[in-house]
Amino acid sequence: MANEIALSHYLILGAILFGLSIAGIFINRKNVIILLMAIELMLLAVNMNFIAFARYLGDSAGQVFVFFILTVAAAESAIGLAILVVLFRNKRTINVDDLNQMKG
Amino acid sequence: MGIEPILFYSFATVLLVSASAVITVRNPVRAALFLVLTFFASAALWLLLEAEFLAVALVLVYVGAVMVLFLFVVMMLDINLARLREGFIKFLPVGLLIAVVMVAVLVLVVGPEQFGLAKFAEPARHNADYSNSRELGLILYTVYVYPFEIAAVILLVAIVAAIALTLRHRPTTKYQNSTEQIAVQRNQRLRIVEMPSEERK
Repeated sequence: MANEIALSHYLILGAILFGLSIAGIFINRKNVIILLMAIELMLLAVNMNFIAFARYLGDSAGQVFVFFILTVAAAESAIGLAILVVLFRNKRTINVDDLNQMKG
Repeated sequence: MGIEPILFYSFATVLLVSASAVITVRNPVRAALFLVLTFFASAALWLLLEAEFLAVALVLVYVGAVMVLFLFVVMMLDINLARLREGFIKFLPVGLLIAVVMVAVLVLVVGPEQFGLAKFAEPARHNADYSNSRELGLILYTVYVYPFEIAAVILLVAIVAAIALTLRHRPTTKYQNSTEQIAVQRNQRLRIVEMPSEERK
């Protein structure tokens, strides 16, 4: 192991995190709650890349982007969970296979 | 080996193990708690990257607010776990295959050849009096002030949308009609009765 941590270490860590969340979307495709959690993991992987680049390039703009991504992710999960609650109230289920009202 | 690689590898291990637990555990409550652990580990890594403000914001906003919301919803919904787990084994191979291919391609792109120490040397650490919040605030409120206000509007829209979606109109709910309350006249509330005075017995 090297004594210094390179930028590629963080980028590869983010890539593995992104791959894990994609696998999570595939293997949990019936459970909307776990799907939302996998999306949060994806955003976390992207944020990891942004912050690593911000440090190694010496540019704080990357951290500002992470700030906005956190804002949008919080809004997204709040609305997603609200939709989930309304869905469960109307259909008593959150299984993706039962959501076939629109025949899409 | 210095302290930094030890910290990096230990927190990266915690991050990846807990992220795998999020997508594989049976119980959604445990998945949410493992997601909390994932956020803590990545906040520690962000501290290593000298993004102190964002690390604290991640713990406060995500662990403190978003994950509590997740746990609240997971515990409120009475879901049938057995049906939701159908197809877990069926989709496991294709999910793993796609994940492995994707990680391999990404590592080829962002691997040590392109972003190693030879290309991007590790920058020197800041002094102890360096303030990350100050630096972030200095560009957030000047260069990025317009996006910052748009972010505020997005949060407002999220509040309104979440409340409007989950608000339930029950016919039995009692509420005040402020229009009627303001438009009330004196004679609707007060009746002046005239009657002759009587002599005391």
